[in-house]
Amino acid sequence: MISIKNLHKSYPMGKDALHVLKGLDLEIKEGEFVSIMGSSGSGKSTLLNIVGLLDEHDSGEYYLNNQKIEKLDEKKAAILRNKFLGFVFQSFNLINYKNALENVALPLYYQGVGRKERNAIALDYLAKVGLKERANHLPNELSGGEKQRVAVARALVTKPKVILADEPTGALDSTTSSSVMELLKQINREGMTVFVITHEEDIAAQTDRIVRLKDGIIISDEKTVKNQ
Amino acid sequence: MKFLLDSDTWQEIYNSIGKNKIRTGITIIGVMWGIFLLVVLLGVAKGVENNFNRLFGDFATNSVFVWAQQTSKPFKGFQEGKGLQLKMADLEAINKEIKGLEFVVPRHQTQGLAVNKFKSGNFGVFGDYPEFDKVQKRNLVYGRFINEGDIKEKRKVCIIEEEIYKQLFEKDENPIGQYIKINGINYNVIGMYREGQLRTGGPQGNIHIPFTTFQQVYNRGDSIGWMMITGQPGYDITQIEADIKLLLKNLHSVHPEDERAFGSFNLGKEIAKVTGFLTGMQFLTWFVGIATLIAGVFAIGNILLITVKERTKEIGIRRALGAKPWEIKRHIILESVFLTSIAGALGIIFGGLILMLIDATMGKGDEPSLTNPTVDIPVILIAALTLVTLGTLIGLIPANTAVSIKPIEALREE
Repeated sequence: MISIKNLHKSYPMGKDALHVLKGLDLEIKEGEFVSIMGSSGSGKSTLLNIVGLLDEHDSGEYYLNNQKIEKLDEKKAAILRNKFLGFVFQSFNLINYKNALENVALPLYYQGVGRKERNAIALDYLAKVGLKERANHLPNELSGGEKQRVAVARALVTKPKVILADEPTGALDSTTSSSVMELLKQINREGMTVFVITHEEDIAAQTDRIVRLKDGIIISDEKTVKNQ
Repeated sequence: MKFLLDSDTWQEIYNSIGKNKIRTGITIIGVMWGIFLLVVLLGVAKGVENNFNRLFGDFATNSVFVWAQQTSKPFKGFQEGKGLQLKMADLEAINKEIKGLEFVVPRHQTQGLAVNKFKSGNFGVFGDYPEFDKVQKRNLVYGRFINEGDIKEKRKVCIIEEEIYKQLFEKDENPIGQYIKINGINYNVIGMYREGQLRTGGPQGNIHIPFTTFQQVYNRGDSIGWMMITGQPGYDITQIEADIKLLLKNLHSVHPEDERAFGSFNLGKEIAKVTGFLTGMQFLTWFVGIATLIAGVFAIGNILLITVKERTKEIGIRRALGAKPWEIKRHIILESVFLTSIAGALGIIFGGLILMLIDATMGKGDEPSLTNPTVDIPVILIAALTLVTLGTLIGLIPANTAVSIKPIEALREE
């Protein structure tokens, strides 16, 4: 599903360049539940942005769904993002003047799906995350956990290949964190590839595979040992 | 163009504009003011022009006055300074030789003391043909103008101006059928007229008597004081003026290049100066209006730019969710066009209302200062089109700003 070979990325910092990713190799298969661990500055967000087609890599190869990603213009990137990727952000990133249903339906709007149809689909996904009766509430009328579940529903609504979650529980307390993680696990059990970035050990422990990043290189990549 | 009919598009625009109602409102006032100014000023200029045309009619643009003076060059044995006099024969020759004439009206003019019982006054006395009424419409309050019978029988009748009536008659007295004495001769008053805003013949008032009567009473033989000539529509009055003067020089044995022999006054030319001023005013109006419009549209562009900056994160989210750059651009351009169109429509409506108000107050009555202050539909269409074009162009600036920010940077924005 995601295949990365010798990926490099650096950011210009004045005269010097900050070398963030120093030759990453990563293979993620369909249906995997992977977490990327690392302290801040380890390059995990950069990796997610590149995987999420929000940023471009400098060198190396990146295949998304067997399609080589290189020299994408904004339009192509937008289409690929819409088709293959679902984003869940730490700060939810819901549009605050749209209600839950409209937020979930927005990616379908950009796919050109008609209003009735996309609202029906969006309502299905809201039901899936258990927020059917909150459909007409604005984001500021929802709790943090509810907002993140709306965001998950929005990520799922286009039936993407991969869910990219950037610190999905970073802004949540432990109870709501676990409910969001349960939701992600459930999605993964249904066959979705889920790619989580976190710096919390207990969050990473709930995934099937942990990739640890430090200073732009992968220091370990192992399956988690499940107790149950 | 399907997106224009999509209710979602308009929902999005309503949402983003509605977030800053006051700011948006103030901004569109700029554009509104521009188009308002354009409509009102053009309407008023048009009203002045219409009024002008109403006052003068064809008479204004198509008449020339010709009279005889003295020669300035010796010719055919005559010395310089020969006195000239227009004759009735000249009139016939002009009517025969010159093409494109509408009316050739000979006139005589003098001063006269008019007396009615114990009241008297000095007035201008004119000898006129019935055609004079066609060239310079007399606005008759009572009675009639000179007719063919008066001319044929050299009747001693007169038409007086309202001003004279006021001076010679009692208030509410009917002047028709009464006699007034002009230079010792009694005339029957057959008509009274009110002079419009355009006065000819001095401030004291005018008396019109039949041309033939004038010739007889004042011993003018078959001479003519001066001629009023109007051209048919489509003929150049300046050319007619030159042709007539050349013909007259020929008839009166005057050197063809003698500039002093015959005097003329081309009213068309003089009027053209005034209408030229009006045209200049319209040009100025366009200039000021368009400049204000541009300033207003820039203000809208500016406000959209601010809005885009404020919505950077939202735009980032939309792009992460798969909005193509063109979709973002289109949205912002449409916002700009929408705002300018609304502002333009409001400006046109308010401008129209003000013109109606001006028409109702200044355009009514016997002597309005404006006639039909209107703006042509094509002018409105041009203004509206200009507005939409400017709106689109100015919308491009914030639109490009919106997509120039990378989605990742936009998302990072807090």
